[in-house]
Amino acid sequence: MKPAVFSLEQPVSVAQLMQSGEGRIVAGGQSLGPMLNFRVAQPSHVISIAQIREFSLVEETEDAVIIGACVTHAAIADGRVPDIGKGILPAIAQGIAYRAVRNRGTIGGSLCHADPAADWLCTMTALGAAVLTLRPDGGRTIPLTTFVLGPFRNALQPGEIVQAVRVPKASPEARWGYYKACRKPGEFAHAMAAVFLDPARDIHRAVIGAVGGAPIVLEGSDVRIESAERALLQSGLDEIGRIMQLAALRRAMEQAA
Amino acid sequence: MKGGAEGYGVGRSVRRKEDDRYMRGKGEYVGDIRLAGMRELAFVRSPLAHARIGNIRKPAGHEDRVFVAADLIGVKPIVANSGLPGFKSSAQPILAHDKVRHVGEAIAACVAATRAEAEDLAAAVEVDFEELPAVVDMLAARMPGAPLVHEHWGDNVFLESRVEADLSEIRRTAPVVVRRTLRTARQCMSPLEGRGVVALYDRRLDQIVLHTATQIPHIIRTGLAGCLGVSEENVRIVAPDVGGGFGYKGMLLSEEVCAAFLARHLGYPVRWLEDRREQLSGNANCREHHYDIMAYADRDGRLIALDAAATVDTGAYSIYPFSACLESAQVASILPGPYKFDAYRCITWSSATNKPGLVPYRGVARAGVCYAMETMIDAIAHAVNKEPYEVRLRNLVQPEDMPFDNITKKHFDSGDYPECLRRVVEAIDLPAIRRKQKDSADASVRIGVGFSIFCEQGAHGTSVYYGWGIPMVPGFEQAVARLTPDGGLELRVGIQSHGQGLETTLAQIANEVLGIPVERIRVVHGDTAVTPYSTGTWGSRCIVMAGGAVATACRELGQRIARIGAHLLQVPSGNVQVGKGLVSSGVASVRIEEVARTWYLRPQELPKDVDPGGLEVTSGYKTVRDTGTFSYAAHAVVVSVDTEMGDVRILDYALCEDGGVLINPMIVDGQVCGGVAQGIGTALYEEMPFDDHGQPLATTLADYMLPGATEVPMLRIDHMQTPSPYTAFGQKGIGEGGAIGPPAAIANAVNDALRPLGAEINQLPITPHRVLEALAASRLKVSA
Ligand SMILES: Cc1cc2nc3c(=O)[nH]c(=O)nc-3n(C[C@H](O)[C@H](O)[C@H](O)COP(=O)(O)OP(=O)(O)OC[C@H]3O[C@@H](n4cnc5c(N)ncnc54)[C@H](O)[C@@H]3O)c2cc1C
Repeated sequence: MKPAVFSLEQPVSVAQLMQSGEGRIVAGGQSLGPMLNFRVAQPSHVISIAQIREFSLVEETEDAVIIGACVTHAAIADGRVPDIGKGILPAIAQGIAYRAVRNRGTIGGSLCHADPAADWLCTMTALGAAVLTLRPDGGRTIPLTTFVLGPFRNALQPGEIVQAVRVPKASPEARWGYYKACRKPGEFAHAMAAVFLDPARDIHRAVIGAVGGAPIVLEGSDVRIESAERALLQSGLDEIGRIMQLAALRRAMEQAA
Repeated sequence: MKGGAEGYGVGRSVRRKEDDRYMRGKGEYVGDIRLAGMRELAFVRSPLAHARIGNIRKPAGHEDRVFVAADLIGVKPIVANSGLPGFKSSAQPILAHDKVRHVGEAIAACVAATRAEAEDLAAAVEVDFEELPAVVDMLAARMPGAPLVHEHWGDNVFLESRVEADLSEIRRTAPVVVRRTLRTARQCMSPLEGRGVVALYDRRLDQIVLHTATQIPHIIRTGLAGCLGVSEENVRIVAPDVGGGFGYKGMLLSEEVCAAFLARHLGYPVRWLEDRREQLSGNANCREHHYDIMAYADRDGRLIALDAAATVDTGAYSIYPFSACLESAQVASILPGPYKFDAYRCITWSSATNKPGLVPYRGVARAGVCYAMETMIDAIAHAVNKEPYEVRLRNLVQPEDMPFDNITKKHFDSGDYPECLRRVVEAIDLPAIRRKQKDSADASVRIGVGFSIFCEQGAHGTSVYYGWGIPMVPGFEQAVARLTPDGGLELRVGIQSHGQGLETTLAQIANEVLGIPVERIRVVHGDTAVTPYSTGTWGSRCIVMAGGAVATACRELGQRIARIGAHLLQVPSGNVQVGKGLVSSGVASVRIEEVARTWYLRPQELPKDVDPGGLEVTSGYKTVRDTGTFSYAAHAVVVSVDTEMGDVRILDYALCEDGGVLINPMIVDGQVCGGVAQGIGTALYEEMPFDDHGQPLATTLADYMLPGATEVPMLRIDHMQTPSPYTAFGQKGIGEGGAIGPPAAIANAVNDALRPLGAEINQLPITPHRVLEALAASRLKVSA
């Protein structure tokens, strides 16, 4: 399991990045690395964005935290990044994979990889986050609900990369719950649900992840088991899978109650 | 533990000598070997489970670096026959040519400067396949009309064997009958280090030198020489540090044969390091059993008879040397467990399927057998409305019966099985758990308690093995004990130590006999050039067999030392004793070091009648009877079962084991802990599923779940030490026991938790999915 031959470029600034040719982006390499080794991905040119300073910056505004795409799970878990309130971000980051993976894996890479069972995918959708992209002609803001098109498929166009993630701040009264079922701590989840209730901002949202495709989003009065049951029938999960997802949702709802 | 002033002999928890290098990352594994001019090998492997091979096209311009079956001139397939009547022979090709019989089977070998380039070459080799229907399930394999793995057999059964008994009367009269069908998963043995070889050809000695991660270097030499068609003196096997074995390194690999051939053919060293994908999806597996068992009992839960049908999914090929018969032959002979009853019937089948071959894994068939038998005991207990441990106590062989010949003629050497069980029942505090269960009867997370008890045959020898007629039969075990000129001691043994701590325990035994300090004792193992022949490390045999051989050789060496020492002390040789590093006679003494110097450097001072063999002894050893030692253990476990998510957690784990006299109690505890971790894997995590086409579905460690630090609880280990009457120090083999008890105890605990809900799980591993499935099925039953 050794990768096929490829060339590597490591720009250290956005300016340099703009000069570089076409290639596959690698951030933490925690998902792309295995794909290269298995030769599932065989890019001839790879561009590492991990050294680009701008992508590791975090900006706090009045109503949001803007996290650079290359901020690692570990940096968030350790609280080295401003939180959006309620300790939500560190709590989620701490539950991703193992420390060694968290040390390298990035929030941008996780969202772009669009693994249906990824923690950030599910929780960022619940929090109403959006990705900020960069492309030669500028960039755009894509809400997560439209960013993920399906399993391992995102809405980026060729040459477009994610430079940051904008996460709205939670009101002091906000309540949240997150439950994921894994065979072992650090393994990918086989059922997961995030619930975010922020009445001050009129947000009532539940998100079910690990459903094999884009997460299921329930809004407003649909944050109920019955609605989830109905939505899960469309997911293609078998009966046991649906039972697990409902149990995860129930637990996340209890936490948020 | 033994008292006394000297703290390094038998019974002492001496720190492991080998840990200094292991713990500092300074081991020397196959992967650490670098030889000048060495090239890397990568294999083209079958993507299909069953197919005819058509044309194979080597990439243009690279024909001389790609090798197919036809290029391996004179190389014969691996054949491991059993002498049991009706056994059907398979021939495992070194590189497949006419047909592939499982995914991952090697078809071509590619040589390049780096592994990545070798993989590039492998990817460029084109193979035409004509896909054939695959036979994937061991029961379906036995059905008429199933696709045939080996056409000329006419069916897919390596071996069918029968232990017959007339049970008709019992069937009519037994007051209690319980029946269960049970399944254990196909597992991938997962030592930290995979397989790996570095092969070179030594022109000076006309010898192929194969460095390989193996447990059985001498057996590999015999098997390899046979496949290559060369004499054994032209082959040397070196097993350097080996990173765990468990049975995975107790087999001859086609890759070993191929690399050995290529090194000689090409004239430069070649290396193949197995990667995780090859380990998980191409190489041999273990453990996959199916049982259909009926147990007959009286109303007190006394077992009257057992009627069993067992199938083992043996995969496509009979693996050398243990063969496709060993696992099922074991099932039939050990299913009765540590129990006493009078009527037993058992049919076993070894099914051939389009999956990799099956080899014995730590505990061999015992983990599955213990799970099956202990499930039956619990089933009887519920049928007669008693605590499962009470039914066990009623049926166990009693201490006054020892030694005891059981219904399959296994000779249990010693022990007190009921006491062992009583100890864990007490340790786990059964009444407290029963109270807790009552108090939490409505909770969604339920708790359960389960027990298992088993005995483990270790160090079984000639009389047991020759009956199976497999390529390897253990006989006398030999050791060389050699004093160095400055009074150190070298022990040379044919076994291989790869985590068992034998570099320490064998030194302890020599220390016990001669009193030479453990740090001056070097255990040399793993190299056929310098060690006596041995069948190697398997079957919990080393501390008994190699330990016995070391003791015997050291005693003989001691006599020779004594004679020279007596001469130096000017006393009759009958008047001296050897021990504590000295030859002494009353208050006078001479150091063993002096004796060594005299023999090697000052021969003019030797007595006239000195033994010309000098201070180097090769001696052989057998136990008093070679039917094996029987260590035994009882396991007790408390689990919680989340009935909404299906998760099982281990809350408490207590076990009591009797390994006879423990040479090093600390090492025994380590063996038990490691084994239990693997047993937890069997119970709750490890499973290699295949789809209907024979594609393996867990080809990375993200899908093949192994227990880790967070899944293995602190174990509470208790010991009994009933000496074996047949071994040098009363020691018994215990290397495998830890892995045997957990599946049974944990499954019984889970089912204990689920019983009030009417659910029962009869398949391993017990995954969240299976827990919820069982609960859904019981709800359906209730509503029907
Ligand atoms: C053993 C293990 C366990 C894991 N467990 C979990 C878990 O429990 N939960 C979980 O959520 N994740 C888990 N992961 C995944 C981990 O979180 C990864 O870090 C994450 O999926 C990818 O981030 P990365 O920075 O490593 O991305 P990379 O591997 O570098 O890239 C992934 C993909 O995204 C693209 N990409 C990366 N960055 C950008 C960008 N800025 N713009 C455009 N495209 C980009 C790459 O081209 C590539 O296709 C696990 C990984 C491993 C190895």
